Amino acid sequence: TDIFSVLKGGGSTLLGYIGIDTIIEQMRKKTMKTGFEFNIMVVGHSGLGKSTLVNTLFKSQVSRKSAGWARDEKIPKTVEIKSVSHVIEEGGVKMKLTVVDTPGFGDQINNDNCWEPISKYINEQFEKFLKEEVNITRKKRIPDTRVHCCIYFISPTGHTLRQLDMEFMKRLSHSVNIIPVIAKADTMTIEERQEFKQRVRKELEMSGIEFYPQKEFDDDMEDKSDNDKIRETMPFAVVGSDKEYQVNNKRVLGRKTAWGIVEVENPNHCEFAQLRDFLIRSHLQDLKEVTHNIHYETYRAKRLNDNGGLHPISTNGTHDSNL
Amino acid sequence: MDAIMLQEKLVERLLCPRVRTARQKEKQYVGFATLPNQVHRKSVKKGFDFTLMVAGESGMGKSTLVNSLFLTDLYKDRKLLNAEERINQTVEIIKHTVDIEEKGVKLKLTIVDTPGFGDAVNNNECWKPITDYIDQQFEQYFRDESGLNRKNIQDNRVHCCLYFIPPFGHGLRPVDVEFMKALHEKVNIIPLIAKADCLTPNEIKKLKDRIREEIDKFGIKVYQFPECDSDEDEEFKQLDKELKECTPFAVIGSNTVVEARGQRVRGRLYPWGIVEVENQSHCDFVKLRNMLIRSHMHDLKDVTCDVHYENYRAQCIQEMTSKLAQDNRMESPIPILPLSTPDVDTEKLIKMKDEELKRMQEMLNKMQQQMHDKD
Repeated sequence: TDIFSVLKGGGSTLLGYIGIDTIIEQMRKKTMKTGFEFNIMVVGHSGLGKSTLVNTLFKSQVSRKSAGWARDEKIPKTVEIKSVSHVIEEGGVKMKLTVVDTPGFGDQINNDNCWEPISKYINEQFEKFLKEEVNITRKKRIPDTRVHCCIYFISPTGHTLRQLDMEFMKRLSHSVNIIPVIAKADTMTIEERQEFKQRVRKELEMSGIEFYPQKEFDDDMEDKSDNDKIRETMPFAVVGSDKEYQVNNKRVLGRKTAWGIVEVENPNHCEFAQLRDFLIRSHLQDLKEVTHNIHYETYRAKRLNDNGGLHPISTNGTHDSNL
Repeated sequence: MDAIMLQEKLVERLLCPRVRTARQKEKQYVGFATLPNQVHRKSVKKGFDFTLMVAGESGMGKSTLVNSLFLTDLYKDRKLLNAEERINQTVEIIKHTVDIEEKGVKLKLTIVDTPGFGDAVNNNECWKPITDYIDQQFEQYFRDESGLNRKNIQDNRVHCCLYFIPPFGHGLRPVDVEFMKALHEKVNIIPLIAKADCLTPNEIKKLKDRIREEIDKFGIKVYQFPECDSDEDEEFKQLDKELKECTPFAVIGSNTVVEARGQRVRGRLYPWGIVEVENQSHCDFVKLRNMLIRSHMHDLKDVTCDVHYENYRAQCIQEMTSKLAQDNRMESPIPILPLSTPDVDTEKLIKMKDEELKRMQEMLNKMQQQMHDKD
């Protein structure tokens, strides 16, 4: 066969094609091999459906549902931090998903400072990463336990945000990406939902609380217009369920009541599908990047300034000096 | 299937994503399989960068090869110096930057040229300006990485060095060996046999074998292609094996287009025939281009960051530490401080250590300033 026709058939024009776009494929191969990590935290009172929602989002039992506090069981005095990791795979992509639960948040009579253990946990993960980064011999891939996203569950009261909601979001929106959702949205009609959302958005705006996606981090006009649309719809009103029912000859996830079946993935019933697409299918990587490039850098800069400098340490112990 | 078709299959395979699992039902589909797309959507927006160094004596065809590889015209206004003008020349480092876009992907390509290398009568340590340059880029990156504002770090580290070996000799010369040994732990070296059109196929084979032997013998660590995944198919593995056995690549470059067999190709016109640059039976140019750009560009960058740079950084830190220890005549080291809330006594101790650390940091800063002023 003529050599030139073979070369042409391979998709390269003789004089004009270098092949730079193949670097995308090279990157993709590499990232598929190494896999991804994603750490998601859920915060809200007991019974708002946090575990159910996470299980529904990731279509697997990644979070254990609590049955509430047994009568003789004591409600823990402080908020606990429980993190569970699972490796899930889809389409050849492996993801190590870590769900960080915060049982006890908002459950006490006096909930003063109940956000502190959460804030401490988030900073501890930053510190862990920082220590690794500053080592003399660094790991090729530093294990990332930093919280990439915090889903905050708002009670569907229909009135306004609670004081605890405001306190939490005010204090933590600068160290973690907060995505507020209205839990158990099947207690509100569509009109009630819209009004509630508007009021919530207004309240947040007036207090200067920025939830993810934050306006100041929009990269370009394209991002801004995409994110503006999302910001106008947030907080998403969600319903979670791990039970399936038959509706119109299809098996769907839903909640069966006497007056009908609430379909979780039906965009006319609730905004679960929108939340899922936003969180997983379009902004997963961006959540990680904002965590790394902004929240982590803020933490790091503060540490650098406080301590008068960063000191790399060696792990082997023989070399003790920490410069 | 012959070697050429295999080679093209390699390129095709690299351009099409692989679908490993059977199509999943919509019901089970969460959607994070889009994650690789999300990752590279951002990279496409930002664009990529790549720094390539070319080293070798004058007249080895380095500029021509770079132009052939990247379809550029980087050396249009170059004036060649004659022998007398070159007498007092030292090795210079010259950077050319060009932005290339193809199918929506932007690449900022930097070519680091090293004119003057090996051209003098006495070439002792002529590689020093080159190793210094590479170290300087590492140092700048290290400083940026350790600084406060890390938003827009410029990465000027050299990702790959093409080293041109003359085809006229019988293998590696002493200057080739010394150069490669001085650089093999700082940068990915890819040795090439330059101007391969003056050799017959047999001579090329003998020269390649000889050079491979000598690289082994002298313990030179040239860039190694990563191993194939065990789950790649046989065809791909075969291709990969052939690529590895073909090193060092024997290359020919050309800035001119000639007519061969009814086609316009890059080539060199001789009375006895036409050398076609992109003809795989004429030279290894296509193999080099495919490897450098289409299959291993990302890996070259990774090895630079994960291996060469990390070695530099570890060394640098150890040197700074020992120097500081010497200056201060410190005997006992200070442990790193914990973040948790300690009791009062520990707090006092921590405060004391804090002040000591502050003093050490000031000294470090002074040193860094001195190094900076020296540059």
